Amino acid sequence: MVNYILRRLLGMIPVLFGITVITFFVIHLSPGKPTRLQAEMSPRMTLDAREKIERLLGLDKPVYVQYTDWIKRLAHFNLGRSFTDDRPVWDKIAERLPITISINLLAILVIFLVAVPIGIISAVKENSIFDRISTIFVFTGFATPDFWLALLLMSLFGVYLGWLPISGIKSVDFEEFNFIEKIFDLGRHLMLPIFISAFGGLAGMSRYMRTSMLEVLNKDFIRTARAKGLSEKAVIYKHALRNALLPFITIIGLSIPGLIGGSVIFESIFSIPGVGKLFFEAVMARDYPLIMGELLFVAVLTLLGNLLADVMYAVVDPRIRASGNK
Amino acid sequence: MLKKISRCVGIFFLIVLLWGHPALYAAGCPQTPDYGDAIVTASIGDASTLVPILASDSSSQDICGLVFNGLVRYDKNLNLEGELAESWEIGESGLVIIFHLRKNVRWHDGRPFTARDVEFTYRKLIDPNVKTPYSGDFERVKSLEILDDHTVKVTYKEPFSPGFSSWGMWIMPKHILENEDFGNTRFSRNPVGTGPYKFKEWKTGEKIVLVSNRDYYEGRPYINRYIYRIIPDQATTFLELQTQGVDEVGLTPLQYARQTDTPFFKKYYRKYRYPSFGYTYLGFNLKDPKFADKRVRLAIDYAIDKDEIIKGVLLGLGRVSTGPFPPESWAYNKEVKPVSYDPKKARELLKEAGWEDHDRDGWLDKDGKRFKFVLMANQGNDTRKMCAEIIQRRLKEIGIDVEIRIIEWATFLSEFIDKRKFDAVVMGWGLSRDPDCYDIWHSSKQRPGEFNFIGYENREVDSLLDAGRREFDQGKRKEIYNKIHQMIFDDHPCIFLFVPDALPVVHARFKGIEPAPAGIGYNFIKWHVPKEEQRYTRW
Repeated sequence: MVNYILRRLLGMIPVLFGITVITFFVIHLSPGKPTRLQAEMSPRMTLDAREKIERLLGLDKPVYVQYTDWIKRLAHFNLGRSFTDDRPVWDKIAERLPITISINLLAILVIFLVAVPIGIISAVKENSIFDRISTIFVFTGFATPDFWLALLLMSLFGVYLGWLPISGIKSVDFEEFNFIEKIFDLGRHLMLPIFISAFGGLAGMSRYMRTSMLEVLNKDFIRTARAKGLSEKAVIYKHALRNALLPFITIIGLSIPGLIGGSVIFESIFSIPGVGKLFFEAVMARDYPLIMGELLFVAVLTLLGNLLADVMYAVVDPRIRASGNK
Repeated sequence: MLKKISRCVGIFFLIVLLWGHPALYAAGCPQTPDYGDAIVTASIGDASTLVPILASDSSSQDICGLVFNGLVRYDKNLNLEGELAESWEIGESGLVIIFHLRKNVRWHDGRPFTARDVEFTYRKLIDPNVKTPYSGDFERVKSLEILDDHTVKVTYKEPFSPGFSSWGMWIMPKHILENEDFGNTRFSRNPVGTGPYKFKEWKTGEKIVLVSNRDYYEGRPYINRYIYRIIPDQATTFLELQTQGVDEVGLTPLQYARQTDTPFFKKYYRKYRYPSFGYTYLGFNLKDPKFADKRVRLAIDYAIDKDEIIKGVLLGLGRVSTGPFPPESWAYNKEVKPVSYDPKKARELLKEAGWEDHDRDGWLDKDGKRFKFVLMANQGNDTRKMCAEIIQRRLKEIGIDVEIRIIEWATFLSEFIDKRKFDAVVMGWGLSRDPDCYDIWHSSKQRPGEFNFIGYENREVDSLLDAGRREFDQGKRKEIYNKIHQMIFDDHPCIFLFVPDALPVVHARFKGIEPAPAGIGYNFIKWHVPKEEQRYTRW
């Protein structure tokens, strides 16, 4: 097993290298200069000044030189500095990670807590009224644009009822609150964002669960379990559920890069300083080091997530373990 | 006894007499504004750096404007006045400026402000290793000498009048930044200035907090805190307004005209409206043979109804413009009258220029070629897009086929503007308070990446632009810029469409706001909230 993991990890290096080469050249291919955007078209910022800044940023060098410079820095675990404010790329990403990760984790938790039961019940009581209603419900959720729903809910709970704050993650006078007030304040601010980001994911997850549960319920060993006189509860929760959860492991693995990804629209609407907005702004400003830093980060997490899914799969499923040992 | 009574009566009368006297009233009821409260402002973008000479985006400038001071600034009527400089002398017909600095100014850390700080800021501005976009104005300075602790002598290579207003550049503290690497300094997120507000904290993407500077040389600002919240979405900002979550924000024309006439807004907010410092125009590529003919450009101006655009796009919240200066500025020539909507005249002019519908297909043509051009604008600016659509329809009526292309900003600039690969564009210029617009209109400013990308060339305007830069007397400069205004308008290198209004809304509890040509922000330190109306009292 350890051998296998090591092999896979080593295999990642060329893949990562390829990803960085392609992305680096692709982002440099896209038209637009970082310096031009910084100056916001103000006549006070002369061409000479912009050319000077370009030189200081190293943008006057050929692209392959810029790439080797970037790789050299990376070898020292240095992602470089952002063009827009000269801060280290890593600092800029790191300061935004906690809020994005916590919202995504909480949202995934909510999704699992709600989607798994919905999926199980829909599968067990296939074509029942509950199944149909939940199908309609989750598909409505899937089809609703989240920014639209967000604005409606903000306007209902924030403006009309006045129960929840509109945006942000803390009140402006947060620092003056005591501990209990702080917890309460954070909770009130996070309620809508977490609901909204969970709502869209609900449909997919509950469908996965339903399908995989249905598949398992039609298997021979379930018939056997029933035939040997087990209670329906034991059949479903002991025999069927465990097997039906297997595909979920893959989904967990694949959702790891998603943990640090944020949605621009979602973050903009709730004024949450998350990673999605940072990446979007970096692209719009042609902030190459920041774009590269984020892409690298996402690429690494995607590869690790895939590996994790494979490994976990092997751990929980004896069949795969057996075939892997051959 | 009688004496006593008469004295009592006398005092009684005296009291009665003085009762209604306003002076006594003023002394009795406190009229001085209360200190306290906070103001919450919303911005769509976060600041990027608070090193003043590096700050190029509007958010960074908003914050720097409260934390730092320049030597000079524009007053409410857009005239220059001293800020850190108490007075100045301009000598040798503009070659030398001597600034006498204020002596009672201290940095937020308590150190006194001196001429050495001015010199330090200047050195950094012209340092080739500092990524400042503002070096242009300061490279014309030949030398800067410190005469004493509070006197600075600036000598220019040649007289350069816009250079004087460039000393509005925020001054940085030498004692803190002297040995710092400019790119990598703590200062950029923790600035120390001389301004009315001190930096308190910056939560990236969330908010920036400033607190009032009690020792400010002009007096302590009444509002204790300035909270700059970053709310990227306009719809969210508007919802925040409806819960009084933000106190000050700029409205869109739609919000101003249609969505804020509710009892709630009337009770809790005050709306303001004044011309902004910028204009939107239809620019032609003057190197294109079609548009090289002035009659064609003038015809297009006749064919476009500017009032219709203002009504349709800005809901009436703007004004027609005729030239490159803010309408409130002394440089603006009020004699220049806009071209009125007259499609008939437009057709006549086009006919004169050879454009007629020979083949009777509804479109004008000349030498067998249809009059067709691409009108470009950048993505993310709906105002410009809507302008383009209205122009397209009006030009269709006189037989010109317009295709609209909306392109992402960065691509738009580097691929189309810089390379002059466009027929016509709808764009805008932000305007500085000084009327010098050399970089936009001088014929020498046509290299790729420079600002005269439409390719305007008029020798006479060139020499007037030069003269305007050499002249320091405002009366004479007015004459020069009025002339430039007239000549550019006569040449019609572009069609000036409108100057949009700035539409700020401020919570009604803030008193002391006095709109002026400069807007409302110029006397921010005098804004105040009566004690009983203050909202943020925990501080």
